[in-house]
Amino acid sequence: MADVVVEQGRAVRARGARKGSSLRNALGRKSTVAFFLTLPLILLIVLLVLYPAFYSVYLATLNKAMTKFVGLSNFTFLFKRETFWMVVRQSCIFAITAVVFKALIGFIVAHFVHNIPGKKQRKWRGMLLVPWVIPPAMSTLAWLWLFDPSYSAFNYTLSFFGVGPIPWLGDTFWARFSVILVNVWYGAPFFLIMYLAALKSVPEQLYEAAAIDGANWWQRIWYVTLPMMRNIIAITTLFSLIVTFANFDIVRILTSGGPLDTTHLFATWAFQVGIQSSDIPLGACVSLFMVPILAVAAIFILRDVNKRGNEA
Amino acid sequence: MSTLAIDKAGPSRKIKYGSMSRDRTWALRWSYFFLVLFAIFFLTPPIYMLITSLKSSAEISAATNPWWVFHPTLSNYVELLSSNQFLRFFWNSSIVSIVVVIITMLISIPAAFALARMKFWGSATLATGVFLTYLIPDSLLFIPLFKVLGMVQDITGITLLNRWYVLLFIYPTLTVPFCTWIMIGYFASIPKELDEAALIDGASWLQTLTRIFIPVALPGLIAATIFAFTVSWAQFLYPLVFTTSVDQLVLPVGITTTLIKGDVFNWGQIMTGALLGAAPPLIIYAFLMDYYIAGLTAGATKG
Repeated sequence: MADVVVEQGRAVRARGARKGSSLRNALGRKSTVAFFLTLPLILLIVLLVLYPAFYSVYLATLNKAMTKFVGLSNFTFLFKRETFWMVVRQSCIFAITAVVFKALIGFIVAHFVHNIPGKKQRKWRGMLLVPWVIPPAMSTLAWLWLFDPSYSAFNYTLSFFGVGPIPWLGDTFWARFSVILVNVWYGAPFFLIMYLAALKSVPEQLYEAAAIDGANWWQRIWYVTLPMMRNIIAITTLFSLIVTFANFDIVRILTSGGPLDTTHLFATWAFQVGIQSSDIPLGACVSLFMVPILAVAAIFILRDVNKRGNEA
Repeated sequence: MSTLAIDKAGPSRKIKYGSMSRDRTWALRWSYFFLVLFAIFFLTPPIYMLITSLKSSAEISAATNPWWVFHPTLSNYVELLSSNQFLRFFWNSSIVSIVVVIITMLISIPAAFALARMKFWGSATLATGVFLTYLIPDSLLFIPLFKVLGMVQDITGITLLNRWYVLLFIYPTLTVPFCTWIMIGYFASIPKELDEAALIDGASWLQTLTRIFIPVALPGLIAATIFAFTVSWAQFLYPLVFTTSVDQLVLPVGITTTLIKGDVFNWGQIMTGALLGAAPPLIIYAFLMDYYIAGLTAGATKG
């Protein structure tokens, strides 16, 4: 197919040569057209993504007033701070726990939706995706209000079961639990939709064959569903890992990192250090620590997406 | 379903079928049971937003049953929708989101066309690069961008920081990569015969794009538009960092910073504002759900 296109380009070029207009010749050439069509995209990526990304590496080597090159002393300073290690630990706990629960809930709910008759699936799917549609900053405000210590709807409800008032956002354990809960609530519908789409693409014959072979429901999931969905599970999980690891909105609105910085993630701590305390180099330094895990996840996603592209 | 099961259970030979469909019925009942449980979990916050937004401050502080409205009132809505400040947030958000959608489409459609159809030097690398850019989160770039904008401001003398229009330059970094990526997928799925026919008829590349590709890939275009709009509307970190004056804020930042005054939380108004802020994406979703979901799943299934 590509040959045909090349031939056409050659035809255009030949015609241009006959007319003897070199400018039109150049403009009509496929690669020139393609260059101008992609130029805005390239400019955007280079100027507003790549340049800032590399600039942040440079920023991280300056002192607080950004007047002097200090090498790696920002990094060594961070390594000596206990808060930093707490942020590292909390970011990992937050991302891994949240992604695991999102994936589990998404997988389970996708099966329930897949079980019910086709016409009703649309309605249920529409309802269950609502958390993903609401801007996270807005829905987190609703959670903040649900967690409110004095008028909290949760504590009001729990009091009927004799469970004492829970300091949802005031206590380290419960605050960590709450930010993860809200993240799971927000992200699980995304998994649900992806898994539902994947479930629909598994041929019914495979299940029939498994049923004839006497497979029970667990074996059907383990030997048919999971292998067929492996690629989409991998992509969705890795993608969600990136987004969750870099999360900002939920923690910022819910706890602002408190109590005592115990719920800070890289993003929120970088914001507090870099923007609020205006130590830009240190903030840049903190956010750079996200790069390794993001890079690893990105490499695996790219591999899976390409594999998928080749299969299709 | 259940009557069917009873009928079939009559003759002894068909008992097997009967029990199987009875199993199905029970599986269905359990599915509905758990779906209701999860729906409660997923819908509690938005419903609670609605409940609170209909309460007066007096009723909220009276600490009655939080799950019920005893004296429904629209005073929160009236107050917010007649407040110039809130309307200003809404206006800023709308104008930013709409212009960003237009910019995004102007950049990503031509680029996706070139990357999907014109194999040129480095096109495969560029397509991969676009996808990788999509994976770079906003929380990695906000600090260097803040500094870069400050530098540009110093060099050119144009005020960028603390102005809403700076978001018009920044948001496309979030929307363009994904939109380009899914448009590449949609464009690549168009049969080559279509544009070959157009080329043979003497259409230029641009005519092929506007007359063939855009009409045929319209569903993908709508999905990409919805994505760009919802992302711009929901963005919180960039406006929080780049804008501070009250008249320059967009909705998410405006609500979280101005309606929360110190330790005094006017929850009725905050929930009303949050609900109004969530309304545009929800309305779009309600009417264009299929396109919304297509855009959501396209990222991993296309390309």
